[in-house]
Amino acid sequence: MNHLLDALELLGDAESWQGSGGFGARAVEHLWYTAVAVAASALIALPLGLYVGHTGKGRYPAVLGSGVVRALPTLGVITLAALFVGIGLTAPMIAFIVLAVPSIIAGAYSGVESVSQVTVDAARAQGMTPWQVLFKVEIPLGLPLILGGLRLATLQVVATGTLAAYVGAGGLGRQLFLGLRTQDYPLMLAASVLVILLAIALDAVFSLSQRAARLRTGP
Amino acid sequence: MGWILNNSSRILELTLDHLLLSAPAIVATFILALPLALVANAVRPLREVVISGTGLLYAIPSLPLFIVLPLILGTGVRDPLNVVAALTLFGLALMVRSAADALQSVPQEVRLSSTALGHSRLGRFFTVDLPLAGPGLLAGLRVVSVSTISLVSVSAVLGVRSLGSLFTDGFERNIVPSIVAGILCTAVLALVLDLLLVAAGRLLMPWAHRGGRA
Repeated sequence: MNHLLDALELLGDAESWQGSGGFGARAVEHLWYTAVAVAASALIALPLGLYVGHTGKGRYPAVLGSGVVRALPTLGVITLAALFVGIGLTAPMIAFIVLAVPSIIAGAYSGVESVSQVTVDAARAQGMTPWQVLFKVEIPLGLPLILGGLRLATLQVVATGTLAAYVGAGGLGRQLFLGLRTQDYPLMLAASVLVILLAIALDAVFSLSQRAARLRTGP
Repeated sequence: MGWILNNSSRILELTLDHLLLSAPAIVATFILALPLALVANAVRPLREVVISGTGLLYAIPSLPLFIVLPLILGTGVRDPLNVVAALTLFGLALMVRSAADALQSVPQEVRLSSTALGHSRLGRFFTVDLPLAGPGLLAGLRVVSVSTISLVSVSAVLGVRSLGSLFTDGFERNIVPSIVAGILCTAVLALVLDLLLVAAGRLLMPWAHRGGRA
């Protein structure tokens, strides 16, 4: 338990939060990586997923993709990317996007698919164009599941984000690997606790927004 | 290809190490998920607590958990027991919900009639509930098996030997084939284990695949 106390003391010490290499800057960096990676992935994946859900085309590769990603070892993806593009932020970003895209696609198409065919038919019968059906019916009603895909992708990126430091980028993994190399268990522990708190906080934000989306569309 | 052939014995060893970390975790997940699922189903107010509680575990990133868990277990970070315990927790995050759903899908009439036929509670669980929930349990276990096998690799950065060591070695010594071999072997191992689970399912539940449920 002494290690835990040391770690907490480290986290309670204002000095360890300050500066460009402090916990504060690293946590912001970690969040920033996550935001950029999830936004970039969403830009690619949401249109694809909505297309699959709306038209029913390409469902098989989409299902297969999310299955393959679950089996893909994240460390393998990130190190392989690093050998090709060199150390720095590019390799982790490629890995983040590779890992996040399938979850977002899966969330988007299952969200659209979850809307009952009767509702979609009724919307068409009202004279809505396909775009109106998509934006006014399918997306709002499928929003909880679409957010679910983004939630899974975000958690995946936060987790993989700790490995970014292994291939020379920043984030909270920096302190974690510094602690590992210098046999400083309290430092590793403090960084780990921060990453876990970050993940749980982001998960809670998504959980709340999913609940809000569900309330808005009714049961 | 040449590198892979030259290092085949080492790759095989690491595959075995990988299996020795993941298989116990998959088995432990299955054994622990059943009682948790039963409790969740039996005590209504606990259902949400148990299921979302274990589900929350999935939000925890793997590498930090490998580092924090020794505090509770009293092991070292590199201890295989620590890795297996962390993997089991991740497995439970996925498995408890599917086990609870599978056990709940057993029709109430069937339960009542088996009690009427004189099954004891325990006897009913093993001869009626468990076989009928089988296909759902198998589906959950297949997901756990694939995700466990891919999660093991992360522990390599801590110095635990597994197929993940091919990633760390490959990265540090700039050997692309080493990383490619690691990814391929992980995929093959996941596939083999999945096929074994499906085969076991057919053997234990010969009635299930005809309906196309598994």
